[in-house]
Amino acid sequence: MSLWVLVTVSFLMIHLVPGDPVRAALGMTAPTELVEAKRQALGLNDPLLTQYVHYLGNLLHGDLGESITTQLPVSETISQRLPATASLAVLAFLVAIAVAVPLGVTVAVATRRGRRRRTELAFAGGSVVLGAIPDFLVGVALVAVFAVGLGWFPVAGRTDASSYVLPVLALAIGPAAVLARIVRVEMLAVLETDYVRTARAKRLPARRIYLRHALPNAVTATLTLGGMLLASMVAGTVLVENVFSWPGLGSTIVQSIVTKDYPVVQGTVLVYGLGVLVINTLVDVALAVLDPRSTIGEL
Amino acid sequence: MSTLEFDHVTVRYDASTVLDEVSLTVPDGGIVGLVGESGSGKSTLAKAAVGLAPVHGGRILLDGEPIRLRGRHRPVQMVFQDPFSSLDPRMTIGESIAEALYRPESGRLSRAGRRAEIARLLELVHLDPGRSGHLPGELSGGQRQRVALARALAGRPRLVIADEITSALDVSVQGAVLNLVREMQRELGLSMLFISHNLAVVRYVASQVAVMEGGRIVEHGPTAEVLGRPQHDYTRQLLAAIPGGHDIPTKETTP
Amino acid sequence: MSQRWIRIVKTPVGLVGLSLLSLIVLLAVFAPILWGDKASVVDTENLLAGPSAQHWFGTDNLGRDLFFRVLVATRLSLTLTLVATALGTVIGLVLGTAPELLGGRLGRLVTALVNVFVAFPGLLLVLVFAVIFGVGARGAVLAIGLAVAPGLARLCQTLVAGVTGLEYVAAARITGVNRFRIMARHVLPNVAEPLIVNVTITAGAILLSFAGLSFLGLGVQAPEYDWGRLMQDGLSGIFVHPLAALGPGIMVVLAGLAFNLTGEAIAGVFGISTPTGTGTLRVPTDETPVTDIPHDHAADGDLVLDVRDLSVTFPGANGPVRPVRGVSFGIAAGEAVGVVGESGSGKSLTALSIAGLVEEPASIDARHLTFCGTDLLEEPASGQTRDTLLGTSLAVVFQDPMTSFNPTMRIGAQLAEVGRHHQGLDRKKASARAVDRLRAVRVRDPERRARQYPFEFSGGMRQRAMIGMGLMGSPRLIIADEPTTALDVTVQSQVLALLQDVRREEGAALLLISHDVSVVADVCDRVLVMYAGRIVEDLPTADLRTRARHPYTRALVAAVPAMTTDIDTPLATIPGHPVEPAQVPVGCAYAARCPLATVRCREQDPTLTAGPGGSRVACWHADEPADVVTAEEALA
Repeated sequence: MSLWVLVTVSFLMIHLVPGDPVRAALGMTAPTELVEAKRQALGLNDPLLTQYVHYLGNLLHGDLGESITTQLPVSETISQRLPATASLAVLAFLVAIAVAVPLGVTVAVATRRGRRRRTELAFAGGSVVLGAIPDFLVGVALVAVFAVGLGWFPVAGRTDASSYVLPVLALAIGPAAVLARIVRVEMLAVLETDYVRTARAKRLPARRIYLRHALPNAVTATLTLGGMLLASMVAGTVLVENVFSWPGLGSTIVQSIVTKDYPVVQGTVLVYGLGVLVINTLVDVALAVLDPRSTIGEL
Repeated sequence: MSTLEFDHVTVRYDASTVLDEVSLTVPDGGIVGLVGESGSGKSTLAKAAVGLAPVHGGRILLDGEPIRLRGRHRPVQMVFQDPFSSLDPRMTIGESIAEALYRPESGRLSRAGRRAEIARLLELVHLDPGRSGHLPGELSGGQRQRVALARALAGRPRLVIADEITSALDVSVQGAVLNLVREMQRELGLSMLFISHNLAVVRYVASQVAVMEGGRIVEHGPTAEVLGRPQHDYTRQLLAAIPGGHDIPTKETTP
Repeated sequence: MSQRWIRIVKTPVGLVGLSLLSLIVLLAVFAPILWGDKASVVDTENLLAGPSAQHWFGTDNLGRDLFFRVLVATRLSLTLTLVATALGTVIGLVLGTAPELLGGRLGRLVTALVNVFVAFPGLLLVLVFAVIFGVGARGAVLAIGLAVAPGLARLCQTLVAGVTGLEYVAAARITGVNRFRIMARHVLPNVAEPLIVNVTITAGAILLSFAGLSFLGLGVQAPEYDWGRLMQDGLSGIFVHPLAALGPGIMVVLAGLAFNLTGEAIAGVFGISTPTGTGTLRVPTDETPVTDIPHDHAADGDLVLDVRDLSVTFPGANGPVRPVRGVSFGIAAGEAVGVVGESGSGKSLTALSIAGLVEEPASIDARHLTFCGTDLLEEPASGQTRDTLLGTSLAVVFQDPMTSFNPTMRIGAQLAEVGRHHQGLDRKKASARAVDRLRAVRVRDPERRARQYPFEFSGGMRQRAMIGMGLMGSPRLIIADEPTTALDVTVQSQVLALLQDVRREEGAALLLISHDVSVVADVCDRVLVMYAGRIVEDLPTADLRTRARHPYTRALVAAVPAMTTDIDTPLATIPGHPVEPAQVPVGCAYAARCPLATVRCREQDPTLTAGPGGSRVACWHADEPADVVTAEEALA
């Protein structure tokens, strides 16, 4: 269902643009014959339904059309640039989880039932502030301090491993802060449940209560909420890539929107959407593994 | 007041049949107790009578006519189990009752008339009419159940359904609500379908009892008959399970 | 309402949030008027200059002062945010209420569509809409407004669905109120608060989105400028002077925080609904009478549990609240003791505190608290030893079998844990013991059942498994807190019978908490009646219905209809309400509801005094006959 909507939206997008997209792309000065030829080539003069069927058919063959400006096949551009974006997103994803879960759990256990008010306040304040700073701004700040100021990391581009540090951090810090908050809240809720009380009635060691009884249940609830957040990291790459001139899809999509290169926009939107769907599916699978009651949701 | 008749009523949710051709009559001015365990379908029967459950087969008749489930002044009203969620926390109890008030065909009720009617209803359920400006949060569970009863009576229904109305109340309050139900029946001639899992409570208020199990009525008759000389195995099981160590009626005592 | 706003300002988060927000609004209104000219003055002497006393943030490529430009940009940034928020909220509300108002297939279709769009992150939707609406401020407003709508719609749907499931909406529907009026009068007012909170927080996110979009060059176009635009202009010169990019960034963060903090503060204040009624009654402090009566029915050595002067105290808004106030009793080996009382009487808290399951901020005090001869008040020399003693000799059965098992662990593993941690069994032996114990509590096919998860068990089966968990060791005492309240009568009788069998087979004592006098009468040898945190009577079960001495006990028994109750007379009722733990009166707590109460009762709290046959009662007028209060008097 989601997949179908995604494909259809990416198809319709071009038709919802007011006026003639080809004319818009080629500019007002382009000769009418050229525009008409281009329209013909793109199949824009066929009935909508025919175009749609064509579009779906081409998609099945991996054909995303070709760029209006560079004439290159869109699929080629995407396959060139996708690895940079994907590696960035996956790394940031892992960093965010690796930081947020232990942090959230530790803070929850430490500040439960009104203990250590100061730690709680510091955590709440810090996570709200960090969560409120948009990732591109974190990126700009990181560049200003660590690249321009201290010169520890490259300012831009994708060269070696060190060039990954700042973009990954820029992408991961905000979601990690929000995720840590969610983990803490869920963990606190789970620690108040009847079954944790049962575990305490069994006089189990504290470690076992937290790690075996509370954590799996907190993660189940966290995943449901945090899945959205992780999906939004995929989209977040667009902004961060622009800060670091990262040679990924994010730069491509922005450029193509500005130059009105609609086939490229269509293709990249589709790829981003697919990325999100893959993450949502992975979250569902993870939930199914963790929670014996859940069933794998529809794609 | 009126006679309510369920005629082979069937209710299904997706594939599962919750009510299976249930037939039951609530006589004019009588209280019929409906007992059964969770999942037996007793609440669904109540919902069907007020249009909150989809009826797939059979008919629900009020005085021989198909029951009206749309529009204002629906003839069957209901009181719910949970006194803490059955009143809008943001409306005063007077407003809650006013919303359900019967409006004569000729037009709107005057402001004074409405106020007088609310006061009459609150007095009917033994609440101080001066409390009509109070919010539900300022009332105890038992008092809220009285307000819920007053609201149910406000639209001048021909029959009232009470769904587990005392099971969320403390024992010291439960008695007062049960006394009120009996008083309403005696003084207003109220017809009522009284649903409860508690046999002793049903025995106290109802003149007839119907026992439900698995979406069917397995036994139905005058209270003293059914509870004194149960015919169905399930009724006997229910009676045997009541704590309090009384004699368990056996089949041999039946005539 | 105004009081609540004052409370928001009083919280530190709310104060910061609202002050920041007011500051930004003031800037938006006045900055363009005051500094609009300064922000557009071209200073060719100072192109792309760094920060100086003259230009705090430096200048841009035309020599315009960046500090003033940042201030002036507030208006456009805020205006765009508010317009997009309004757009998103309106669409969100329409889509959010549509499923309920339309109903049927059309409603489900709206829900499904919203769900699909919610799965995609906002930024991606923004980009798609930006393509459609074109680059520029107007396009950005439409794009962002539409992009936040699905999220708000989904939230709205969830909230609305939560309220429409409640009984008061069902009641309104039955009285014939139409669905638009139900939405307007019953549903929307009750979901308004979380909606406002979320719209506020969404506004913060929208502000950031605009900054992001302008930053990408897809939002506001020159010569107009908002914070994002300024940031993008500054990024190219980040090597020379970072403040040009960071300055507007700081404003974005501050403004975003202003919305977020305000939202959080509103959420906090609306979430906490403390009752405003302040008790005129004082909380009794330490001068409560000490009940020092030896448990003369059994020698101390035989006692499995010995409790003297147990109290539980919570910190409260108006001083400490004490829901359990000096409870003393003992349980002999193999004895079954019931505790009855209404909700708020302190019966469950008494049981939980004995089991050591009452947590901070509550504190437990007692003069004496021993279990199997071990003092539970002393800090143990070895925590492990005490845990093992309690873990194997004390079994606890809770009220709600549906929530008392860990949903993500197999039943067998939850039982086996006890064996592994307290009895030194290895994994295999512990599992075998778990299966054996499930068999002992008559769970059929225990090998298969042990591998199942709690959700595959019925309520009655779970309660059996819970008892089985207590039998992993060899319990000397089983504490059962309302173990059958959530169960059907037929299942209840099976579980009670099982408890009896276990008691007989294991020789364990039982402490059974119940609100149901008949349940306790069926199972127990002796009953403790609790009222307002005190034991008011302690008597043999056999005497409960006929020879109770405390007027409360007698009223409690008479108020509950039994299968033998005379149906021709009104039921006995107890006038008034149970005492709130925060408002325990001086004197006997029951005096206000008691037909026998005299001046003495209202002034002096009676102590629990031993009477004939080992029974105890706390009443100045014990044994005096009292007329049962009838309904009409009770309601007056």
